[in-house]
Amino acid sequence: MGSTLTAGELRKGVKLEIDGEPYLIVDFEFSKPGKGQALYRCRLRNMINGTQFDRTYRSGDKFTAADLEEQEMQFLYRQGEHFHFMNNTTYEQYELTEAQVGDAVNFLTENLVVSSLLYQGRPIGITLPNFVELRVVQADPGIKGDTAAGATKPVTMETGYVVQVPLFIEEGEMLKLDTRTGSYVERVKS
Amino acid sequence: MTEQEDLAARRPALELRARVIGALRTFLDRRGFLEVQTPVLTPAPAPEQHIDPVPAGTSGYLITSPELYMKRLLAAGFERIYQFTPVFRAGERGRLHHPEFLLLEWYRLQSDYRALQDDCRGLLTAACEAAGRSDGWFRCDRFLHVGAHWLHLTVREAFRLFAGWEPLDPLDQDRFDQDMVEKVEPRLGFPAPCILSDYPASQAALARLSPHDPTVAERFELYWAGVELANGFSELTDPREQRARFNVVIEERRRSGRSVTPIPERFLDSLQHLQPCAGIALGVDRLVMLLCCASDLDQVVAFPPEVVPS
Repeated sequence: MGSTLTAGELRKGVKLEIDGEPYLIVDFEFSKPGKGQALYRCRLRNMINGTQFDRTYRSGDKFTAADLEEQEMQFLYRQGEHFHFMNNTTYEQYELTEAQVGDAVNFLTENLVVSSLLYQGRPIGITLPNFVELRVVQADPGIKGDTAAGATKPVTMETGYVVQVPLFIEEGEMLKLDTRTGSYVERVKS
Repeated sequence: MTEQEDLAARRPALELRARVIGALRTFLDRRGFLEVQTPVLTPAPAPEQHIDPVPAGTSGYLITSPELYMKRLLAAGFERIYQFTPVFRAGERGRLHHPEFLLLEWYRLQSDYRALQDDCRGLLTAACEAAGRSDGWFRCDRFLHVGAHWLHLTVREAFRLFAGWEPLDPLDQDRFDQDMVEKVEPRLGFPAPCILSDYPASQAALARLSPHDPTVAERFELYWAGVELANGFSELTDPREQRARFNVVIEERRRSGRSVTPIPERFLDSLQHLQPCAGIALGVDRLVMLLCCASDLDQVVAFPPEVVPS
């Protein structure tokens, strides 16, 4: 069980447990009409399935903080729709579904260390490092003579992810990608 | 951003703030009001159901409003008085709330709340002149103009219009407060300020009940751009009724486990000398916020309230 919170402790970014599920306060407004009571208006997002709703709380209301912890985990392998991770300190293994991994699948390679959010001991999602290095597995040759500044072409990375890169990039090269924007950063000298 | 850069960026807002305060002061001086200063520390603040005073150790409390001291001056025959003062309210922090903010509070002896509404018009007009906003301006994509028609609505009318029900006592307080915030307030005060008046008697606070209709209190709120700017009353001057209302509030606070402060006896003693009067408090920071096109009080003070480490 998480600790108990009062309405006065609510703010953007606080995580609550409601009906057994973790919610993140994504929008918060304190209001107080005239001589009336304080109202705490929250937009809550379910941290497991992403659904949102608005709710207004009052001064006397009590809350349970969502029992969340963050851990570093290493990606081991994928088996169909299941992704297997391991905590390198405890050697405990965890399984996430494709939906829980989400877009991170584009950047996941074996042995990558990610940070994982656990709710009541169960992982509910992962956060990638800001930058990852991936190998190009398929690239068309750049068209000779095309020197237009900023010209790009699509290449396919080892994860199957397709990204726009400068024309000089060739098959087999390692690239640094920004996982927050999904975009190419630079070539990694090997 | 360094603190020096942050403060330098606030300079235009702080300059406008100073001009507006100067204009409000000049307006009241010209109408024959006397500027006064009353204590910020008090042994007994006015008991309020939903306002928590900040304790000040052995000195008592920081004031949540200068009301009690100003009424003691009125009871001694000061006819027209005003003051700018910081006031303090524990736990209030939001886009439109700071735990410490600047109030302009003023009183008129032998007047009722209608005279205050006239003052409000003059004050806001003067503030707009000082801010260069006399011809109107856009704030958050909405046009505001002090010279447009000021709408007067009773609380009953506003709830019928915007919330679809009639607030009659005994009131569902939770529903009233929530609909006020979510349905009524956001609609009030476009493009000109709006006067919302005649609150249900249960919401009277320190207001007297209307001599024409005892189900409502002679209380009004001034709204502009959906923001509550001021709260004014025809003041309650009956010491017995006042003591009874304080006791109800204290009992209610005790029941809900909130802090309780001593009864302000010296104020109650002075009430027997108080003639009919009206008073109002205006949130200066909020007015400046509107005039600056800001959407958060943090933008119009030099130092937004800092988080107290727990």
